[in-house]
Amino acid sequence: MTVLDTEPVRRPPVEEPPRPPSRWGRLGSVEVLAVVVVIILLGRGWLLSLIESPRALTLITVFVSIMVQALPFLVLGTMLSAAITAFVPTRFFERALPSRPAAAVPVAGVAGAILPACECGSVPVAGALIRRGVAPAAAFAFLLASPAINPVVLIATAVAFPGQPQMVAARFTASLAAAVIMGWLWLRLGQPGWLRPMRIFDPHTDRGWPAFWSSCRHDVVQAGGFLVVGAFAAATLNVTVPPAWLEAVAANPVFSVIALGLLAVLLSICSEADAFVAASLSQFSLTARLAFLVVGPMVDLKLFAMQVGWFGPRFAIRFAPTTFVVAVLVSVAVGWLMF
Amino acid sequence: MRKDAQAVLLLLVGGTLLKISFAGTYVRYVKPGLLPLLLIAGFVLIAVAGVSLSQVIRTPKQVPVGTATEHEASHRADEGGHRADQASHRADADGADADDGGHGHQEPRVGWLLLIPALALLLFAPPALGSYQASRNGTALSSQVNSDFAPLPDGDPVRISVLDYASRAVFDQGRSLAGRRVMLSGFVIAGPDGQPYLARMIVSCCAADARPIKVGLAGDVPPNLVPDQWIEVEGSYTDRADRDPVNEDVIPFVQVAAVRTIAAPERQYES
Repeated sequence: MTVLDTEPVRRPPVEEPPRPPSRWGRLGSVEVLAVVVVIILLGRGWLLSLIESPRALTLITVFVSIMVQALPFLVLGTMLSAAITAFVPTRFFERALPSRPAAAVPVAGVAGAILPACECGSVPVAGALIRRGVAPAAAFAFLLASPAINPVVLIATAVAFPGQPQMVAARFTASLAAAVIMGWLWLRLGQPGWLRPMRIFDPHTDRGWPAFWSSCRHDVVQAGGFLVVGAFAAATLNVTVPPAWLEAVAANPVFSVIALGLLAVLLSICSEADAFVAASLSQFSLTARLAFLVVGPMVDLKLFAMQVGWFGPRFAIRFAPTTFVVAVLVSVAVGWLMF
Repeated sequence: MRKDAQAVLLLLVGGTLLKISFAGTYVRYVKPGLLPLLLIAGFVLIAVAGVSLSQVIRTPKQVPVGTATEHEASHRADEGGHRADQASHRADADGADADDGGHGHQEPRVGWLLLIPALALLLFAPPALGSYQASRNGTALSSQVNSDFAPLPDGDPVRISVLDYASRAVFDQGRSLAGRRVMLSGFVIAGPDGQPYLARMIVSCCAADARPIKVGLAGDVPPNLVPDQWIEVEGSYTDRADRDPVNEDVIPFVQVAAVRTIAAPERQYES
């Protein structure tokens, strides 16, 4: 196979020297794409025999499953975000949200309930809101609240915890509270310099269908690439972390809350499904499982990767850990009050 | 990453989504209810790719073929003296690649990673989760607590899901199963002492949240059952039960009358 593998790669440089170097970089993408496909087609049998191990097969299945599950929501979120960019006038947001950012944060958080999508959809929408001049603090409250408090997710939670409606109420309360606190924290502590400079909205060119299509194309490719990174990391942990480790910490009330919060980060389960997983972690306290449900839609590996792509690494490295701490603390407080 | 490359990539990803939707293999990865969204997403991606490609074709500046061949021709003429420069030129070109997009702002190179899941799906068609993942995880019966059991449907034996059997056996203490012959289908996993269990994965969203439901086999079990073999078990309720060593949850048993090996069904997950 090594022979098959290297031959198509090496051949182009041998034939290429007469070409001007400036073309090498330009031509790259589509040709490389074709070469990669040819290599994989030729080496398919060999590659298949490589992944005989059941763990590797499970890893690949879980990885593509996360991608297949997330892509439709990513595409719909991107279309919504492109539509906001291209068609919604800035006036609309000036009217809809209070002009004081501190007041706009809770309004935006509650508005998150109207977007019936999981977290992959909310990242591009929050990005579009900032681009259209919505205060970042309000956009972040929307970003964090939306995947956890929309009706689809709340109904799934009610189904997963039959006879325990307080879990739905606790999830709604804790998620909204954590999102609003994060928005206000950003107002006090956030530095605009942490955010990757967004392409400035230009009212003359960023209008209408051409802007819509180009924004769709660019955003799906970018967010999709980061989603791949996050999905692969999550799938790796999904098949390597032994579930028995969880048993060891389940009995300790403090560790169990932190452990389930971390598990939510690592597993990166879609917010529409996480309640069923939380329900099956029956050896843990309700408060610990609430932390799992509050943290998951706000901080997880695939979300972190997408935030890096959208808002920049300097932002994500500060925002995600802070969100984790706030979400865990709020879950403990709400759990203590309600359970 | 150029605009036309992005369009080709999206065409590939959209086409992949449509392919697994029409071929029906998507049920290995996500719950069947996602089908409409998969189709919409697939068609949208192809539409986005189509519009982008037509923009590229209509905008002459974006098409490198014509201009590039002129460059090439002039460059070939004085090819001889320029060999030494090529290495540094190439490095420059690579460095500029990151932002050589049509708009002059940074285009996402990371998007190339989208090739990985698309090619994995098109060329390998990864299988549904089986005994490896089921054995690692504790049985998930307690996520499906139910107290309200309708009588079993007609049929002798009556074909019910592994999840239905296990819930009735544990939460209904087998009352609604009394006096009935049942037919369960699932795959084999090795229990803690090497004896075979019947298992089935339940999925609420995608295979990342798949959890097993395990049922023990009591009575005469063929000795040649290997993990991942799909079987059909005819039997009746027994009050025997085990604890799953992974999470201490209950594993009910079924009293086996007959075991048949079967081919894996199209829809391998229950929900």
